[in-house]
Amino acid sequence: MLHKSINGAGNRYNVVVIGSGLGGLTSANRLAKSGHSVLLLEHHHQLGGLATWFKRRGHIFDVSLHGFPHGMVKTCRKYWNRAIMDSIVQLKNIVFDNPQFSLTTTFDRQDFTSILINKFKISPVTINAFFNTVAAMNFYDDQSMSTRDLFEKFFPGRDDVHRLLMEPITYANGSTLEDPAITYGIVFSNFMNKGVFTFKGGTDHLIGMMTEELIRNGVTICKNSKVDRIVTEKGKVHGVLVGDRFIESDSVVSNSGILNTIYDLAGKDVFPAEFLDKVKTVRVNTSSCQVYIGIKKEEIIDDIGDLLFVSTAEKFSSDELLDLHTRSRTFSLYYPKTRPGHNRYTVVASMNGRFDDWIRLNQIKYEAEKQDMIERTLVDLERYIPGVREKIDWLEAATPKTIHRYTLHTKGTSFGTKFEGLDISRSIFKAVPGLFHVGSVGIIMSGWLGAINYGVIVANDVDGYVRAL
Amino acid sequence: MTIDEIKNVILEIIQDIDDEADLDNLDPTEALRDQLDLDSMDFLDIVMELRKRYQIQIPEADYPHLATLDSCVNYLVPRLKAA
Repeated sequence: MLHKSINGAGNRYNVVVIGSGLGGLTSANRLAKSGHSVLLLEHHHQLGGLATWFKRRGHIFDVSLHGFPHGMVKTCRKYWNRAIMDSIVQLKNIVFDNPQFSLTTTFDRQDFTSILINKFKISPVTINAFFNTVAAMNFYDDQSMSTRDLFEKFFPGRDDVHRLLMEPITYANGSTLEDPAITYGIVFSNFMNKGVFTFKGGTDHLIGMMTEELIRNGVTICKNSKVDRIVTEKGKVHGVLVGDRFIESDSVVSNSGILNTIYDLAGKDVFPAEFLDKVKTVRVNTSSCQVYIGIKKEEIIDDIGDLLFVSTAEKFSSDELLDLHTRSRTFSLYYPKTRPGHNRYTVVASMNGRFDDWIRLNQIKYEAEKQDMIERTLVDLERYIPGVREKIDWLEAATPKTIHRYTLHTKGTSFGTKFEGLDISRSIFKAVPGLFHVGSVGIIMSGWLGAINYGVIVANDVDGYVRAL
Repeated sequence: MTIDEIKNVILEIIQDIDDEADLDNLDPTEALRDQLDLDSMDFLDIVMELRKRYQIQIPEADYPHLATLDSCVNYLVPRLKAA
């Protein structure tokens, strides 16, 4: 059942899931299907977490539907349903345009190999060795090698090659050249397997289908229900407090940020000191900015590609991508084929960003910086769609502050935490029995595929715990 | 459960995970992963399904025992004796 408030919730469940990001949704679905009673609580009036969308003047803007790896097909078939799997389609035109190179690719191993041979003059032996190295990476491998080390090992001094390999992944998960190479290799290999895919019908269609599946499997869903506290008794999870409602549960899966979960929801008093010492080392990842561009109903735009990685910066650097005035951004193009029947064109520009750069601005300066960002974005877009300004009837910008408002994440992170967050998330139930965390952590458990698969991994832990009670 | 019964349960669970898996030509001594294109998520599904059906808890440290069909059976025989 789907309820608009906490009033629809019962008094006792095997599992309470806090938050309905893709990880929370998937854990809830898996656990309900496995026979547990599940209550899913979402503070917002819409499910999906960062897998979200919003409507303006007839437009539907997708916030995080930019492309995911082919692994999503199998994952959706196994953990959701065939109708969801059947909505997955390939994005075939991935474009790079920067002062060092311009090219169009299907973003898979075969095409990248031929680009690296023909355009970048790298030997096939080196390319093969590089691909085999990243494909063999596991999250439990040695993490002393950084992505920069990895690139220097195979393509020494070739900052053009480094840019080709790194730029898309920085946008995908906020990782930098300084992060462990395994976080790069795992995500990059997932994409290189078969290319980039999306959901026909858009985010609203996907979340709608997932909601139906949850209801079919017996999950009770309450929207507009913000959990104030995870309640423990004798060191174990006992339930949650939502306003003045106490709901008893054997276990809690928090799909809130990992630091929000520990400091705000459970409270640090319930954790052992040595666990908290490890928590203190967790760095939240960076955030994002976006510009949403709606094209007038009667206007059309040419097919300029599905996903464009564009930059006017001479060289790639992780810092340049994060700068308040970055000259690097991605354009996600949504043609009528994205939502058949809803024949509109929209463009979403995404940039990486730092929460601290935006939070320190006063209101006037904040609005001015947003306007400047929109303007810089339009200047860039006009290079690919001449005269686009005249075709636009909606322009709006989001910043790390916007992401913070909707997700409540510590420092508005849109990419979870750096690598060390994974261990905290995976071991939280050893510190407080019955408390589990699912959500973007450790760079690798992020993005749509990472979030869903992590939901499955955590559901297995929860199932083991609840069945052993 | 007998050895054959356990073997059939494993095969049935794998078939549920991947209905296109070719189980007729499976070599029971070779890694399932190499023959059937199973990934680590699939092994997690097997663990969760065994727990649901027989209340058997398989700790992460024991996952390597699930590598081949024969090693699965050997691992499960003492644990499913009463099932």
